[in-house]
Amino acid sequence: MASGNRSQAAQGLTLIAPPLGYAVLVLAAPLLTILAYSFFKDGYLTVIREFTLENYRTVWADPIFHRIMLRSLVVAGLVTLATVVLAFPVAYFLSFAVAPQKKAMWLFLITIPFWTSYLIRVFLWKVILGYNGVINSGLKTLGIIEQPLTFILYNVNSMVITLAHAYAPFAILPIFIALEKIDRSLLEAGRDLGESRAMTFWRVTLPLAMPGVVAAALIVFIPTIGDYVTPALIGGGKIPMIANMIQAQMLDLDNRPMGSALAVTAMLIVAVISVAFIVLNRRFLKVRQ
Amino acid sequence: MKGRGLRAYALIYLLFLYAPILLLPVFAFNSGTIIAFPLKGFTTEWFSQMWGNASLRRALTNSLTIAVSASILATCLGIFAARASTRFAFPGKGPIMGLIMLPLVLPEIIVSISLLVVLLSLGVQLSILTVILGHTLICMPYATVILSTAFNSLDRSLEEAAYDLGETRWSAFRLVILPLVMPGIISSLLMSFTISLDEFIIAFFLAGNEPTLPTYIFSQLRFPKQIPMIMALGTVLVLMSILLLTVAEYFRRRGIAKTGTKDTGGFL
Repeated sequence: MASGNRSQAAQGLTLIAPPLGYAVLVLAAPLLTILAYSFFKDGYLTVIREFTLENYRTVWADPIFHRIMLRSLVVAGLVTLATVVLAFPVAYFLSFAVAPQKKAMWLFLITIPFWTSYLIRVFLWKVILGYNGVINSGLKTLGIIEQPLTFILYNVNSMVITLAHAYAPFAILPIFIALEKIDRSLLEAGRDLGESRAMTFWRVTLPLAMPGVVAAALIVFIPTIGDYVTPALIGGGKIPMIANMIQAQMLDLDNRPMGSALAVTAMLIVAVISVAFIVLNRRFLKVRQ
Repeated sequence: MKGRGLRAYALIYLLFLYAPILLLPVFAFNSGTIIAFPLKGFTTEWFSQMWGNASLRRALTNSLTIAVSASILATCLGIFAARASTRFAFPGKGPIMGLIMLPLVLPEIIVSISLLVVLLSLGVQLSILTVILGHTLICMPYATVILSTAFNSLDRSLEEAAYDLGETRWSAFRLVILPLVMPGIISSLLMSFTISLDEFIIAFFLAGNEPTLPTYIFSQLRFPKQIPMIMALGTVLVLMSILLLTVAEYFRRRGIAKTGTKDTGGFL
């Protein structure tokens, strides 16, 4: 049996070697390089391989970094809140009200927009929300408003709307999966024991769905914070987020150690927030087992 | 009766999801050059302008080359990963699979910038090859997920029967397992193809001077005159992606039906 396990392990490792090797070369090694660069000095056009913490000191002291990082966190936070709150009822509907044979069809319909021309979708939101956009020109033609609505123009609001739209399916799927796993007899038990439908939802369904909600929040929060396209297109480059700042440091200013330090700092902040979020919700995550 | 309100909400939500896509053809066939209401008249001029555009054709060729290569590479790597993770227990399985799946949650800007820095310091010339490198990496997790579903639903006794009948490990894989997971492989190829075709950030940073469809579109969005043509291009691309995804979904479901397991839902 022991030798069987060993040969199992050997076969498994042989099989996993190609994809693992690829991920190490193309993902892990570059990430480690960034980490190393963040401790190096920037010489003009070169990188001086000398250990320093100067980059991190500069990043932490930089008021522009504070503002952009804060903006990225606020935008990503709002997007996460909006997508998860809006997605929950859809996931609930899919899990509890849709006939089993139709579920795959609904999921397919929901995921399609996610896979189609991200760039053009983002641009179209600019068209929809813009000064002469669909909403403003439509409302003006109908005589509802005289001046274009300004609160949706090229600002943080429009970035939140665009990103919330882009990541919507990402929020639905984890919640849907968590809801699907709920043993329906628990809900019946709740009702039989005299709870109202709302109380059963509040005390049984919601806590059991929390792992899905937590997963959905993280799966939306982490990529949105690093979004490059939306600030570039919707914000017109005037309201950058952290990805735009990293890109500017790395390429436009060609300061790779500083760009690396920015990227590492941003990743650390995101990691700390994600872990804190999981810890805050650990009570719900434990119930699962 | 139950969930009528929810159904209405879900339908409105779907409309919200599809709103931008539904606007695409509206503006693609609108003869006005400004993308706004009220609409002017009907025209197919933007589509003919699109066909005659040489740099667009170049971007298309590049994108297709990248998407075909990346989807084949990612699917091959995905087959290894899916087979290993569904069939064998090995030390370090959790962290290893975690690393392979990492691109799913890592912001693309981090993936592309770090890869770019390494390539530049190694003196590698940026070209469509470097984009293929990056796209293979981000398609691999999706391929692995799709293929794991396919491998998971395999009945192990079929494989053992093949060994008992004298097949070697490789011939059993080729003759028994491969045909059974074929729908999964096709689904993974189409999915990776669609992802690569639509991917912007990695192509933007790693392509050097070579245009791909998304980077071409990005460069044209600055010119108001070009926008109607981009709307026409977008319409064609969306139709193509929907077609590809529908075929991918068809094969994914056929794969599940073939092995007789329960359908557990969508791609993710």
